[in-house]
Amino acid sequence: MARSLKKGPYIDFRLEKKVDVMTESGKKSVIKTWSRRSMISPDFVGHTFAVHNGNKFIPVYVTENMVGHKLGEFSPTRTFKGHVAKKDKGKR
Amino acid sequence: MARISGVDIPDNKRGEIGLTYIFGIGRSSSRRILTKAGISFDKKVGEWNDDESNAIRTIISEEIKTEGVLKSEIQLSIKRLMDIGCYRGLRHRKGLPVRGQSTKNNARTRKGKRKTVANKKKATK
Repeated sequence: MARSLKKGPYIDFRLEKKVDVMTESGKKSVIKTWSRRSMISPDFVGHTFAVHNGNKFIPVYVTENMVGHKLGEFSPTRTFKGHVAKKDKGKR
Repeated sequence: MARISGVDIPDNKRGEIGLTYIFGIGRSSSRRILTKAGISFDKKVGEWNDDESNAIRTIISEEIKTEGVLKSEIQLSIKRLMDIGCYRGLRHRKGLPVRGQSTKNNARTRKGKRKTVANKKKATK
């Protein structure tokens, strides 16, 4: 079920603060985060996040199209390389 | 035979049903259109006069995305998902269910015909 509009998008408070600091200082370094549940807000565009997938951090460069998705959507948690001796379907 | 947004609509159907032959129009939007045009749901498509079918045409072209336009829009949204590399996009690329359904069994609509693996060991009893 979708989140109530009344509440607005959910963004982890700490993450938001980090992004603000980063934007102010004008630096572009990778922001490490575990907060996969945070919505990507328009302020995030142009930053790179290292999103934890339970094992390691996957670098995610945020573009305009990604606004409104959650960070976790870009950091797959499962590895399935396909079955043995079959043509591979798509890359991951 | 009425022809609306590139689709032939069968004459012998009620208007409400006939309109649903157009991709992008279901029962509820069909009812909405007919109400707006002031035509009874029960009137057969063949009984519409020119004014009525023109009224329907204008309503559809102004308010609703149908057929080609709608299909291309759907393709574009899927392409967007695939391009940004999010989970839903990956599932589209792989041709697997997108909305978190189980894929251990079934999921045949997305996966297509069964691909039998040769020489699979039989379970010993």
